[in-house]
Amino acid sequence: MSVPGGDAARTGGDTRFKRLDAAMRRQQYRADALLEVLHAAQELFGFLPEQVLAHVARGLALPLSRVYGVASFYNLFRLAPRGRHDCTVCLGTACWVAGGRDLLAGLEEAHGAGPHQTTPDGQLSVGVVRCIGTCGLAPVAILDGEIAGGQTRDSLLRRVKGWRAP
Amino acid sequence: MNADELLAAAEREAGKRGAARHRVGVCCSAGCLALGAGQVKGALQRGVAEAGLDGQVEVFGTGCLGLCHAGALVRVESRDGASGPAAPTLYQRVGVEDAARLVRDHLLGGVPLADRRVALDVPFFARQQRVVTSGFGALDPERLESALATGAYQGLLKALTELTPQEVVGEISRSGLRGRGGAGYPTGLKWSTVAKAHGNQKVVICNADEGDPGAFMDRSVLEGDPHRVLEGMAIAGYAVGADQGYVYIRGEYPLAIARLRTAIEQAEQRGLLGQRIFETGFDFRIDLRIGAGAYVCGEETALIASVEGRRGTPRTRPPYPAQVGLWGLPTLINNVETFGSVPPVIRNGGAWLAAMGTEGSKGTKVFALTGAVVNMGLVEVPMGMTLRQIIFELGGGIRGGRTFKAAQTGGPSGGCIPAPYLDLPVDYESLLQVGTYMGSGGLLVLDDTTCMVDLASYFMEFCRDESCGKCVPCRAGTVQMHALLRAVAEGRGTEADLARLEELAELLKATSLCGLGQGAPGPVASTLRHFRDEYLAHVRERRCPAGVCRMAPGRPRPAGEARR
Repeated sequence: MSVPGGDAARTGGDTRFKRLDAAMRRQQYRADALLEVLHAAQELFGFLPEQVLAHVARGLALPLSRVYGVASFYNLFRLAPRGRHDCTVCLGTACWVAGGRDLLAGLEEAHGAGPHQTTPDGQLSVGVVRCIGTCGLAPVAILDGEIAGGQTRDSLLRRVKGWRAP
Repeated sequence: MNADELLAAAEREAGKRGAARHRVGVCCSAGCLALGAGQVKGALQRGVAEAGLDGQVEVFGTGCLGLCHAGALVRVESRDGASGPAAPTLYQRVGVEDAARLVRDHLLGGVPLADRRVALDVPFFARQQRVVTSGFGALDPERLESALATGAYQGLLKALTELTPQEVVGEISRSGLRGRGGAGYPTGLKWSTVAKAHGNQKVVICNADEGDPGAFMDRSVLEGDPHRVLEGMAIAGYAVGADQGYVYIRGEYPLAIARLRTAIEQAEQRGLLGQRIFETGFDFRIDLRIGAGAYVCGEETALIASVEGRRGTPRTRPPYPAQVGLWGLPTLINNVETFGSVPPVIRNGGAWLAAMGTEGSKGTKVFALTGAVVNMGLVEVPMGMTLRQIIFELGGGIRGGRTFKAAQTGGPSGGCIPAPYLDLPVDYESLLQVGTYMGSGGLLVLDDTTCMVDLASYFMEFCRDESCGKCVPCRAGTVQMHALLRAVAEGRGTEADLARLEELAELLKATSLCGLGQGAPGPVASTLRHFRDEYLAHVRERRCPAGVCRMAPGRPRPAGEARR
């Protein structure tokens, strides 16, 4: 194990860190695998908390600034936790022309969460993506990873509604 | 796998196909899967088993069948007797509930479902010419054998066993193939530059960071025929002297990533990638690198930085990656569709591709046809087909009987082509002449409900958000241009703002570090050129002719007044 010691204390026995270590080991702790490692970390933790970034920095022997710099540069890496459910609206050109903006406005009006925001109850995060390449179905929303095409303000709100029920 | 084994495997699979009475290909691209294609495939497989047709009917997932808005799409190829020709039938909007009657009526009874059937002799299908997408509908992208039956890896076999690296470059040059990522740089020239570059270690990178909004050609190719791209990369590796390849693919394409992973594993297992391929001295490995959502990484030097695990910021060129690329090594970077064009060029010879297309633009181009058009989807057409043919014949014209306003190509770096240029042949040179460029293949059709100021503002906002921040013209310029465009759109602008926009457009184009900043003013410049009236209506009359923009209350500022 080339990761410096004291990890058990630092990570409080969280097994996800063990799996993150395994992911780094698979990449032979190479600095150029930073994006792959961050992808793996986000998959494990749901987002990239500072503790995880520090862990990755130690593992790959990189300055934390470099790890944070990369994590904050790319749109898909999240530095804050997301809600339990995720509704991402596509704003690629075809979706935008077909009314993607209106979907976002509808979500904001009904749930008070704008792009990249989460409702206070932690149930719903609203995201934006610039084209997922399913333009034939425009406008598209992605509901917890599932692509839903041909959405209207009403149809989308209906699908999201159940998520916020107590 | 050696040469004999490759050909035997291809023949075995082809034989199985010939024996099947029906081959049922269910489109399993991301679009159709979102419309339930996975469940449809499962229901068809169950139905076939229940009807006792196992062995006579092959149900398989396949690549994009084209009409993406009308999924789930199912293509049935039927044969009367062993020697009869295969007759294809295409179904649209197939749901799970249609599976049972498709099996009963069509597969057992021989009578196609009239209410789901799409005519295949319409221009949308008949006018296409398939080079890169030829395997869609015929092969299962998750099975290597299925690809082998369509000739996969036979181009690589020919290159390794019959041609020298120089001869491979020669064939590519002769074909006239140009970079399909948008810029149209001659592929043969790029290959020969890398081949001649000094150094005994070189790298091949496939740029699969398809970031233009409204573009899904590369996604479709990677999802529908991943082995074709791997084969193209391996041929390139042989030609330029590289033993390592990377596919840099955007993280927004999980299905394409999964299919590529599977394909690489299969190819490695059978020795089609790895060491001593086809028992020659040629080694070639391919690794995946997954992007994380940064449009600028489509720019080649930013892409290299990202593969190296850094922030995706570009650097000045020269030196070009062909000389100094990944880890300082000579690096060949081509786009997915370019690599996808390579295997058939090697199999059939360069002259084969050069016979298609126009004088300066050879071969075919895959377009993602979207927007206000009747037939939305994926088309591959010979270079030089006119916009009118693509939009009104293949595309079936404008949706809802509305009026054509413009076609947008080239994404956020491109431009708009108005109605007077509909008869323009679509090739690299013609598009440049009217102020746009080929781009990667997104072709967005706009009708009279789109406001061009609003559209320009949309693209500028995109560039502003995606600017990496390294160079000032792009970082600050996109912010300023977007603010000016918002002012114009909301009726707060003046004619002086239009002049300022034009000035800034020139500045960004001339002084930005990379293609993102240089191209960012494209949509503004082209809409100002072709749709100036609309801009003027916004600033002079505070009116949006398309009825899209909402005007801010109050009067516009007089021309020349300083902002903030």
